[in-house]
Amino acid sequence: MATDSTITADVLAIDPARVAAEIEEALRTIISRQLHRKGGVVAVSGGIDSSVTAALTARGLGAERTIALLLPEADSDPETLEISRLAADAFGIETVVEDISPILEATGCYARRDAAVREVVPEFGEGWRFKIVLPSVVATEGYRLFSLVVQSPEGETRETRLPPEQYRMIVAATNFKQRTRKMLEYFHADRLNYAVVGTPNRLEYDQGFFVKLGDGAADVKPIAHLYKSQVYQLAEHVGVPERIRQRPPTTDTYSLSQSQEEFYFSLPHQGMDLCLYARNHGLPAEAVAGAVGLTPAQVTRVFEDIDQKRRTTRYLHLGPQLVEPVAELAD
Amino acid sequence: MEREIREFLAANYFLGEDPSALDGSSSLIEAGLIDSTGVLELVGFLEERFDIRITNEELLPENLDSIDNIVAFVERKQAGGGAG
Repeated sequence: MATDSTITADVLAIDPARVAAEIEEALRTIISRQLHRKGGVVAVSGGIDSSVTAALTARGLGAERTIALLLPEADSDPETLEISRLAADAFGIETVVEDISPILEATGCYARRDAAVREVVPEFGEGWRFKIVLPSVVATEGYRLFSLVVQSPEGETRETRLPPEQYRMIVAATNFKQRTRKMLEYFHADRLNYAVVGTPNRLEYDQGFFVKLGDGAADVKPIAHLYKSQVYQLAEHVGVPERIRQRPPTTDTYSLSQSQEEFYFSLPHQGMDLCLYARNHGLPAEAVAGAVGLTPAQVTRVFEDIDQKRRTTRYLHLGPQLVEPVAELAD
Repeated sequence: MEREIREFLAANYFLGEDPSALDGSSSLIEAGLIDSTGVLELVGFLEERFDIRITNEELLPENLDSIDNIVAFVERKQAGGGAG
């Protein structure tokens, strides 16, 4: 059903030159005048968000005041390192590579995680791969439960519902990855008197798709107000290499390749962006259904999922809560 | 059964509150308690404690979104009934 308020992807069109200039100016002001740091550290993953963030940081502060940290580990896609270098090189940014696998081994990240997987699939071992998935919001009317998908060395795939204890253990152990990366980002930031520049886009920031004190931590988050489609527009403007712009977004967290919508978001980012935009502007489901190729009832489920994620991840945004305010430190 | 469900919910989501004082008809979703991890916990508890198997098709608000719905659902399951 068409309505007067029907929207298309055009609502997310930006003037990339103007937006890039605004962000670059903001980065200069925030990092220099507010944070009193002299440069920026960006962890570059080979994805679109970190590539754009690195580019904007280099453009805003100067490539010589920007470093790109490449932080691969045992489960990283073999392409990750090469593609991350491609991004940094495109902007003349110095790269520092830190393989975080030994740290993750020392914390028991892999061993704890694999033990939990084996409690669900006893055969899981050397050569096996796995990921965690959630059923589609669009195709499911009720609540959704996480499943474990394992693949044997012979390529046989099996899906099993995850009991809560094992789910929590796998997530908690895996979160060592994001927290270890952040620890190294702050090491280099401290060493250079730089700020840590975070890379979340608006979908991730709004919907709580980050690890608290992991990828959720940063001194400044310059693209957190931009929908993912807008990040792609900026990517083209600032010259992010085509190979990175054409690559589908993944979590690059589990040994089996996992798309972001398999684990977290309801829809691929183009549809998710438009639904979030519609929700933010108080538009009805009918207004966006045509543009995202869903029925209004399905869009309503996506809206409900957006609201629910906001509620349940709010605590991720909160700093430590005090019993009484310390008035002397109030703004 | 209702007492145990109330105690589980109180212990997991309403720390410090009197289990018998929880409103039986309030939506757990609207209270922000039942997210995908919360459903996992709740389903795991119900399956283990009441020896039932909950299918994906039964993961519906009318079965799980309030204390009253949960109690009625588990009673139906134990009586051998369907998804409701």
